[in-house]
Amino acid sequence: MADPIKVYPPKPSHVYFYATCLIDMFYPDAGMAGIQLLEREGVKVIFPEDQTCCGQPAYTSGYHDEARAVAKAQLDLFPEDWPIVVPSGSCGGMMRKHYPSLFKHTDQEDKASGIAARTWELTDFLLNVCHIHLKDLGEPTTVAMHTSCSARREMGVAEVGPRLLGQLQNVNLVEQVRAEECCGFGGTFAVRHPEISGAMVSEKVDALTDTGAGAFVTTDCGCLMNISGCAEKNRKPLEGQHILSFLWDRTHSGSGRES
Amino acid sequence: MNQATQDPHHIDVKEFHPRARAAISDPKIRQNFRKAMDGLITKRKDAFEGMDLEALRELGANIRLRALANLPDLLEQLEKKLSENGIKVHWATDGDEACRIVRNICVARNAKTVIKGKSMVSEEMELNHYLEERGITALESDLGEYIVQLAGETPSHIIMPAIHKNTGEISELMHQTTGTDLSNDVEYLTASARQQLREKFMNADVGVSGVNFAVAETGTLCLVENEGNGRMTTTVPPCHIAVTGIEKVVGNLEDVAPLLALLTRSATGQHITTYFNMISGPRKLEELDGPEEVHLVLVDNGRSSIYQDDELLDTLRCIRCGACMNHCPVYTRVGGHTYGTTYPGPIGKILMPHLIGLDEGRHLPTASSLCGACGEVCPVKIPIPDLLVRLRQESVDGDKLNPAKVRGHGAKRGSVEALVWKGWSWMHARPGVYRFGTALAARLRKLQPGQLGGWTEYRTAPKLAAKTLHERMKERGQ
Repeated sequence: MADPIKVYPPKPSHVYFYATCLIDMFYPDAGMAGIQLLEREGVKVIFPEDQTCCGQPAYTSGYHDEARAVAKAQLDLFPEDWPIVVPSGSCGGMMRKHYPSLFKHTDQEDKASGIAARTWELTDFLLNVCHIHLKDLGEPTTVAMHTSCSARREMGVAEVGPRLLGQLQNVNLVEQVRAEECCGFGGTFAVRHPEISGAMVSEKVDALTDTGAGAFVTTDCGCLMNISGCAEKNRKPLEGQHILSFLWDRTHSGSGRES
Repeated sequence: MNQATQDPHHIDVKEFHPRARAAISDPKIRQNFRKAMDGLITKRKDAFEGMDLEALRELGANIRLRALANLPDLLEQLEKKLSENGIKVHWATDGDEACRIVRNICVARNAKTVIKGKSMVSEEMELNHYLEERGITALESDLGEYIVQLAGETPSHIIMPAIHKNTGEISELMHQTTGTDLSNDVEYLTASARQQLREKFMNADVGVSGVNFAVAETGTLCLVENEGNGRMTTTVPPCHIAVTGIEKVVGNLEDVAPLLALLTRSATGQHITTYFNMISGPRKLEELDGPEEVHLVLVDNGRSSIYQDDELLDTLRCIRCGACMNHCPVYTRVGGHTYGTTYPGPIGKILMPHLIGLDEGRHLPTASSLCGACGEVCPVKIPIPDLLVRLRQESVDGDKLNPAKVRGHGAKRGSVEALVWKGWSWMHARPGVYRFGTALAARLRKLQPGQLGGWTEYRTAPKLAAKTLHERMKERGQ
């Protein structure tokens, strides 16, 4: 669960960017947006080339040996004492909350704990470490937000997304009913229990559609893939975007969204 | 499968999926649970309004942790104090032994009818069934339990046993079984049940109840209830038998107040229940009422094996408020009967594998998106999601560094799935292989299958990007 007290570091010169495998393969735009937002704040972004996956899919499936082997391959990617920023509450949560127990009583215990302590969810980092001030360049629009359960409960950043969106003058943020309820993704849960997950995501799509916004943003690509995929399948007028893409698109002076 | 007509004594816990599918396609189940859970979530929130909930939860967790840390000593102290107070203490290693103890007490008193207050441990023991088979009538007196018993079902919620039924269904059931008029007037239905139960109270030979907190220092049994049936059960019949799990003990009387404040608010959103009973012994010579005999049956039933493990131990903190199920998006969709276990929902998923074995309960820990809502509302801060992950690991023997130990562990390990994770791990632990593989997948994305099992029943397939972020960063010169 969320830390009772979170101590933010001063704004650093460099950060390590841990993209996550979903962003790498399915949503690289969101990754680029995150990197560009950080760079605009004057932070040098280091992208360790050898990063793959945090290990969470195997971890939550109970295959801890396999998760540990993958996680171990990430531990040497961050040699300097710079913060590690993750554009996902879920993967960030894995590194911050679960790496220490995964490596308990192993030779990597200290390294894993060190990494955990300097891992930050990226929107949280932008708001509370970089103290970002966003200048909205976009047309007036209305948007809903779905905060992932891991961002909300594991990383404790439920307030962050709405506050960032609140900085955008032309964005009207509307709240869905049962905003705190899970969208039903849950990694392998969606495949193991398709009927339950399907019922959950269908209701989440309805809740977001009923806001009338026609668009939503989210902190996590798992939720995005789940909710957008369900909306598309059911031809619901609901467009999803990672919050980082949305923030970057509205605040940079280029030609709009990169593709 | 019709949830209402399945034999509650022969449920195959492993048949979770068919029951889940049936529940999800049953609009009445969906509606009854959604409506009830929404109401309970709001009530809980309102009840804690203006309180420092986090501080109270911390206190509650510490009280329970302290009690568990001293459990053997506290149980000894409890037995001593209860005995001094005239309450006879019995120990049962499992549900069957607990049933035998209750029956033997009944037989010794030549008791033929038992009236029961609400007790989940007695459900765990399947006490009613056991007694009925041996010629002793056991009648539930809690309104929800009474309805469930009339229907020949098991509770679908630990606090609100008949929450799966709406007023119309209850009216129909009571009309058919007890001859009341068909009516949607809740007061009329309640009054009818009350009238029928009153008579039974007067004639019952034995009252059986549960216990919410057993206080070691004073030898007091605390019972929380709303209907007064608990007080009737424990005071009207000449003999009272309380049954409870060994983990329900707390050290001191002052531990009760914070736990009670947490329990009633978390469970039903009440600041205090209508009745709170503190039972400290049988009728004394100078007293005019109360039972002649009071017994306490302390049931282990797998709890001491949970107690052996530092992490799993947290399961035993539970004070049975049901908030975890009220807030669970899975429970809300599938309802309590889908789990096929005495305790449904998140607490059931972490407790039942110890009671029935992880082989039997192998699907239980998987039925969660790990959203964490349960852990967030738990009044004693049980890290339910972490325990679910632990049990998932145990069910596939997934951790060589921390070998599984729960009874029936490893039953879910399938050779195909294990191989998939091995392959996955091999690729993701080799950055070069990973980069090559993901870049190749991006090139071949047009060949990606449009159907991906259960995923695409409800969603379109995820779309691979034309270039991975790794490739784009490389192009950028990083």
